[in-house]
Amino acid sequence: MNPIVQFYQFFEQGFIYIFDHWDRVSPFFFNHLQIVGIALGIAILLAFPLGLLISRVHWLTTPVLVFLGILYTIPSLAFLALLVPVFGLSPTTTIVVLIAYAQTMLVRNIALGFNAIDPAIIEAARGMGMNRLQVLGRVELPLALPVMLAGIRIATLATISIATIGAWVGADTLGKLFQEDNPRKIAAGIVCVVFIALVADQFFRLAERAANAYRQPQPSTSSGAKAKRVKISNA
Amino acid sequence: MQKAIVFENISKDFSGTGRAAVRNVNLEVLEGHLVVLLGPSGCGKTTLMKMVNRLYEPTEGRILVGGTDIRQLKVTELRRRIGYVIQQVGLFPHMRVAKNIGVVPNMLGWDKERIRQRSDELLDLVGLPPDVFRERYPAQLSGGQQQRVGLARALAADPAIMLMDEPFAAIDNITRTRLQDELLRVQQTIRKTILFVTHDVEEAIKLADEIVIMKDGQVVQYDTPLRILSQPATEFVRELTGAGDVLRLLSLQSAATIMSPWNENVNAGNISQKIQPTTNLRDALGILMSQGLEQLQVVDEEDRPVGLLTLTAIRNLAGKTAGVESK
Repeated sequence: MNPIVQFYQFFEQGFIYIFDHWDRVSPFFFNHLQIVGIALGIAILLAFPLGLLISRVHWLTTPVLVFLGILYTIPSLAFLALLVPVFGLSPTTTIVVLIAYAQTMLVRNIALGFNAIDPAIIEAARGMGMNRLQVLGRVELPLALPVMLAGIRIATLATISIATIGAWVGADTLGKLFQEDNPRKIAAGIVCVVFIALVADQFFRLAERAANAYRQPQPSTSSGAKAKRVKISNA
Repeated sequence: MQKAIVFENISKDFSGTGRAAVRNVNLEVLEGHLVVLLGPSGCGKTTLMKMVNRLYEPTEGRILVGGTDIRQLKVTELRRRIGYVIQQVGLFPHMRVAKNIGVVPNMLGWDKERIRQRSDELLDLVGLPPDVFRERYPAQLSGGQQQRVGLARALAADPAIMLMDEPFAAIDNITRTRLQDELLRVQQTIRKTILFVTHDVEEAIKLADEIVIMKDGQVVQYDTPLRILSQPATEFVRELTGAGDVLRLLSLQSAATIMSPWNENVNAGNISQKIQPTTNLRDALGILMSQGLEQLQVVDEEDRPVGLLTLTAIRNLAGKTAGVESK
């Protein structure tokens, strides 16, 4: 049979399964979302101070990033197997692994975001009488945000995909649909994971664009300004 | 006149360099004066300035601002009372122009309406129509416009003192000249005490009430531009400022200083050109040379003749300067 037709039929069966048996898919779907959400939330809370720290204390940058890089190279199945004796067959095991994987991407980009800020802007902020917290909150954070969001987006996509493997160690994620030799269920699982990933990707892209709005080269034209410019060009 | 800023035996060592950046500086800056710190790079002028808002702490000595030792104030409070303008401008790119200007007033707890009024008022002062500019982001401004906003931002909370660290150094020549003129015009109305760092001699002579010449962390001469050019304290000052430059010296003196009083009976005949008493002598000489004239009529604002400026008078003055130089 034509492989393209085969490919099409495979996913068609997946969609049909999702619509016919949503009651069976939905617990995995929402569980998946929940585990990804918890893992990312904790990962960001951990990565933020760590990223901030290595952007301030430069000699820490290399050791921290090398350590996180090594964590990232551990195969996910092995990593999970390693943690089962500690956390048992529970969602916790999966969440811990997801947090560890996300650190590499998050910490690097958070540090990058802070390091990319023009030091003159920080000096101006301090020279105008902002205290450390004000410099961080009013100046550094908004300026580092676009780069940080890019890191969060990449980490989110990886987390969404890796979470499927948790199904083998006690997390009822969409990976559960991969465990039987049933092509309809496997296709349904893939469709759901891709759907979540696409929505998350789009969400963070829009957020990045909003955080970058100040870089627009042209003034946002209120109608008044537009009218004025037209008048000048006619004159 | 009140002393706005006093440096007492100020020295600054940066650990590890083994050389003092600033050595035993004593200086008094009078209220409402624009004082330029001038010297080659590495002479300590920027270091000296940054000790006033405590971006650097002196190793020895103390600094008084308005009679108070600056270490007795909280550092953030001190800085909010001092306007600060830097070469790279340092506008906050994620804030619109009005918000940039409102940063210090906001920290001081002004209400929104007052901040809005103040920012419009300042945009007007620096020559940027508020309707056009208040909602723009810094990326939407030219370099010159950005530095105007930088100046407005520093003036926002009406500080008594302004620190300006080579504010026009990164700006093209034509715009720089315009901004210098603007600063002088603004200073006419606001009369701040301004400490202005530059390595540009022309800029220093044009802007300064007094110039502080620095070399190797020490003050070599502290005087008016005219006296620095006419009586340079050392060979270094003479070389740095081009004190032997007659034209530069003429540019600092007005026609009024050497014109002879107008006398209807004596001063008759071929006077085709008129100048104001405030015209500087370099410009006057330019008119005389380009038009092949011997003398110019000096008239007041109502076009009444008040004096006569002759080529001979300018030549005599220039000769005297040369005399000072060869002494």
